[in-house]
Amino acid sequence: MSLQLQFSRQIAGRNVTVDCDIPRGDCLALYGPSGVGKTTLLRTLAGFDRIDHGRIAFGAQTWDDGQRYTPVERRRVGYVFQDFALFPNMTAARQLAYAQPRQPTQSVEHWLQLTGLAAHGQGYPQQLSGGQRQRLALARALASEPDLLLLDEPLSALDASLREQLQESLAGLLAQTRLTTVLVSHDLGEVFRLAQHVLKLDGDGATQYGTPQQVLLQRGQYGRYQLTGRVLLLAPAEVQCRVVVAIGQETVTTLISHTEAAGLHVGQAVAVSLNGASATLTALS
Amino acid sequence: MLTGVDLQPLWLTLRLACVTTVVLLLLGVPLCAWLASRPDRPGRLRSVVEVLINLPLVLPPTALGFYLLLTFSPTHGPGLWLANTFKIQIAFSFSGLVLGSVLFSLPFMVQPLLAALRQTPRNILDAARTLGKSRLSVLWHVWLPTARHGVLAGAILAFAHTVGEFGVVLMIGGGIPGQTRVASIALYQEMEALNYPAAHAYAAILVVFSCAVLLLLQVVQRRAR
Repeated sequence: MSLQLQFSRQIAGRNVTVDCDIPRGDCLALYGPSGVGKTTLLRTLAGFDRIDHGRIAFGAQTWDDGQRYTPVERRRVGYVFQDFALFPNMTAARQLAYAQPRQPTQSVEHWLQLTGLAAHGQGYPQQLSGGQRQRLALARALASEPDLLLLDEPLSALDASLREQLQESLAGLLAQTRLTTVLVSHDLGEVFRLAQHVLKLDGDGATQYGTPQQVLLQRGQYGRYQLTGRVLLLAPAEVQCRVVVAIGQETVTTLISHTEAAGLHVGQAVAVSLNGASATLTALS
Repeated sequence: MLTGVDLQPLWLTLRLACVTTVVLLLLGVPLCAWLASRPDRPGRLRSVVEVLINLPLVLPPTALGFYLLLTFSPTHGPGLWLANTFKIQIAFSFSGLVLGSVLFSLPFMVQPLLAALRQTPRNILDAARTLGKSRLSVLWHVWLPTARHGVLAGAILAFAHTVGEFGVVLMIGGGIPGQTRVASIALYQEMEALNYPAAHAYAAILVVFSCAVLLLLQVVQRRAR
């Protein structure tokens, strides 16, 4: 059951065309600067907005082809909103129970356990921390037992250290549930860590689709980014040292001086600053 | 203070206010949910309906009462038809009082409820829809509980406004003792009969009641914040 996206629609006066096919269990990242229409595209996939031309389908089910249209209530999508959109009148456990289908395959306790909220079932959203709210939003989306998971910058409201930690648990959850996922992000590290495919949106409406490495690490195309990764290999050569760094599911190879390499070891966490075609590594404690 | 005062108008007023509030809740909740459902595209029909709902705020109560009386008079038009077909009499009956009160107090229910529903973040409602829930389920489980202070404020205002009504209920009800003579009409009739102690008793009760309602409303609003 793949997610088939072949459509175009107007976003803020620009015609955005999407053409990609996401295999079951894979994660597609919608990547680009703020205001290019990533969230609008995600809402279109959810069924809140219509497409202008083309077709959106999930497996054999056509969701929108200009004539046939499946409303949001019947698409079986789990949506994690940027601000989490938790119900303020319900406890965590009640939100999950409300989200569950008529005949759930998993209990509320299962989802609370899976997202590390077992001790907070009776807490209201306003009593939870930012990280707990994020996990509750994710648990609620999962508890509805969706076919497709849509994540709208789910970690952007959190501070850097919490984001790093939750990226890890989100990656684990996606691998565990094998859910087809579409993720909106403007965080390159998040894209590399979570997604197998990326659709890059530019301000003029142009799109590029491929693996994160194909789309985002092409020479001269990536501007200035900062990622975090781990050193996989340090190979000293005569003049410089070749370093391979794992960033999410991709690797980046760069050359650094022997002096810089002296402060690094295999397995070390590093910040990778990409600027034009060069990369700078900074050891993280 | 209440010695020698006919309590029947007070009980009738209380009954009228309770029935009116229940009818307004049943009518106002779906109406407000419909009005607030498309904030991005309100549409012409919604705007017209909102204007009609708010008409009693600027319309003299006697004008509304007059037209209600003309419409539901048992001697002609819809009133005669209702009397002949269903044996229902609206004018000069408790049903007429309820009808007049519902129409006249509708904006007092709708305004706070609509404001509270419109204040609810759209994302919350969208989130409920992605969970596969029907619009009715979203309204009942998420939207109304989130806007409960608006529901409560609307109910309190509608109840209080019905208690204090005069013009509409006088026109459509006629102030018949034991049937349509509510407290505000009783106060007016006692004053006309120069029975000041009784008029004073009715007036004092209405003043105390109004103060209590305003205090209650303040508590509700403070809790909502």
